[in-house]
Amino acid sequence: MKLLRDTWLVYSRQMGLVIRQPTWIFIMLIQPLYYLILFGPLLDNMEKMPGFEAGAMETFVPGLVIMLAMFGTLFVGFGLIAEIREGVIERFRVTPVSRLSLLLGRSLRDVTTLVFQALILVLLSAPIGGLTINWDGLGLMMLIVIGIGLALSAASYGVAIVLKSEDALAPLLNTVTQPVLLLSGIMLPMALAPDWLQTVAKFNPFAYAVNAARALFNGDLHSPSIWQAALFIGGLMVLLVIWSARKFGRAAA
Amino acid sequence: MLIETKGLRKTYRGRKGDVEAVRGVDLTVKEGEIFGFLGPNGAGKTTTLRMLSTLLQPTGGSARIAGADLLKEPAQVRRQIGYVGQSGGTWGEVTAREELVMQGRLYELPKATARERAQEVIEAFELVEFADRKVKTYSGGQRRRLDVALGTVHQPSLLFLDEPTTGLDPQARAHMWDEIRKLRERGTAVFITTHYLDEADALCDRLAIIDHGTIVTEGTPIELKRQIAGDIVLIGVTGDATVAADLLRPAEYVREIETDEADAADVTRLRLYVENGSSALPEILRTLDGAGVAPASIELHRPSLDDVFLRQTGRSLREGN
Repeated sequence: MKLLRDTWLVYSRQMGLVIRQPTWIFIMLIQPLYYLILFGPLLDNMEKMPGFEAGAMETFVPGLVIMLAMFGTLFVGFGLIAEIREGVIERFRVTPVSRLSLLLGRSLRDVTTLVFQALILVLLSAPIGGLTINWDGLGLMMLIVIGIGLALSAASYGVAIVLKSEDALAPLLNTVTQPVLLLSGIMLPMALAPDWLQTVAKFNPFAYAVNAARALFNGDLHSPSIWQAALFIGGLMVLLVIWSARKFGRAAA
Repeated sequence: MLIETKGLRKTYRGRKGDVEAVRGVDLTVKEGEIFGFLGPNGAGKTTTLRMLSTLLQPTGGSARIAGADLLKEPAQVRRQIGYVGQSGGTWGEVTAREELVMQGRLYELPKATARERAQEVIEAFELVEFADRKVKTYSGGQRRRLDVALGTVHQPSLLFLDEPTTGLDPQARAHMWDEIRKLRERGTAVFITTHYLDEADALCDRLAIIDHGTIVTEGTPIELKRQIAGDIVLIGVTGDATVAADLLRPAEYVREIETDEADAADVTRLRLYVENGSSALPEILRTLDGAGVAPASIELHRPSLDDVFLRQTGRSLREGN
C-alpha cells in the first residue's frame, strides 16, 4: 500500500513537471521522424528481400518504435543528475518515502511519455510512410515498449547515481548504445546479415525485442521471438529495477 | 534526550587503505535546544550529520534519535526528524506550495492535513506573497526560508540544518536567525552546523567542536569561552619577538604565551593569555619599556568562540575556508 501510494506521489509530481514543459515530448520524436522520412523510402524496393515478408514499412516501423523506446529512456539519467545536484534526491531520502518509489515513480513517468510518443510515431507513419496499422498488434507491441522503457530508464537512473556527472554519463551511454542499436536489426532485419553478425546479435536482448515487436505488430503470435523477448527483456527489467532501487537507497547524493 | 550517541563511527574503505572519518562521537542533544556543531572542513562534521539524519550508514557505535534506534529503525528516525541540506533541495519549476504539500505527503500526512500544514508554514516563514510562484524566481534568502519550511512541515521534534546561512547577506542571515529561534520557541530542537562562530555564539544554547573525527570540546558558549581563562592581550612586535616573549613569560599574571608567525611588515604577534586584561596591560607596557622594547601595537580582547576554536583545533575556522 505504502509502495503504491508513494509511487503515485512521485509519479504525479514528475508528470506535473512533464505537462508543464510538453515540448520535450515532441523533441524526442524528431529523431525517429527523420529516420521515417529520410531513411524509410530506401526500403520500399526491398520488399522481396529476406526479413521483409510483412512489408517494408510494417517491418521498419516496429523497429523504429523500439529505437524510440531505447533512446527515449536511456538518457533520463541526465535529469536525475540535475536533481541530485540541487539536493532534491537528498531531501526525499530523509523522508520515510519508499526508496523503490523514488525510482518507480520516475520510471513510470518515463514509460507514460514513451507510450504516448510511440503512439504518435505509429499514427504519423500511416500517412507519411504508408504504414498499414494492425490495431491489435499495436497494443501487444506496446507491452515490449513498456518493458524496455522500464528497464532502460531504471538503468539510466542507476548509472547516473553512480557517476553523478553529465560528462561521464554521455560517453558511456554512447559507447553502449551504438553497438546495441546496430546489432538489433532496427535499420535492416538481421536476416540480411552474414552468419557471424547474426551470431553476435543473438547475444543482444534488443534484437529479440525488435523481432518480437515486428511479429506482434503483424499479428504473428506464434513467433518464438515473442517468448524470447518476454524472457530477456522481462529478466533485464527486473534485474535493472532492483539494482537501481538499491542505488536510490544507498546513494550518497 | 533527543540525540544520544555512543562511539558513533564511520570508516570509508578506499584503495589506499581505510579512512576513519569519524572515530567515535559521543553527543547529547536535549529537547528544545539549539545545538551547534562546529569543525574545520574534513573534521568529520558533515559525515556525522549525514549519519544522524539516516543518509549514511554508521560503521559502528550506537545512537538513539527521538526515541528510535538509528541503526535498527532508520525509518522510525526519519518520521521524527527534519533535515535541510546545504543545497536545500527545491526544484525551480514548482511553487513553494506544491513542494510543501508534496513534502507533507511524503511524511505520510493525508492530503487535507498536508495542505493545512503547508499554509501554516507559508505564514510562519513569511512566504505568503510568493508561495504560488515558481521557486526559480525566489531570492537566496526566500529560497532558504522555503528550505527550512520544508524541513518543518511535518512538525518534527528535531530539525537538522546544514549551514543554513551560508551565502546569505547579513539581513537575510538575521532573518534566518529569528526563524530558528522561533522554532525553538515552538519546542523544536535544532541541530545546526555552521562556519560562523558569531552565529554559533548568538544562536546556540550548547555546542560541540569536532576535529579529526572526535569531539574536542562541548558546552554552552559561555562555558567554552571560560576555558580560555581570563582575557587575551595581543602585542605586535617588530623584528625578533623572542626577547619580548622571554621578558613577559616569568610574569605571574601571564598564563601562557603563543607566538604567531611574522606578517608581511615583519610584525610578530604575541598572544598572551592573562587573568585580567585591564590590570595586566600597564604591567606589560612597564616591563617592555623597562627593557627598551617598543611594541608596534597592543590590544586587549575578551575571548571569542574563535579563540576557543583556535585553541582546540589549532586552526582558525575562517582560515579553513
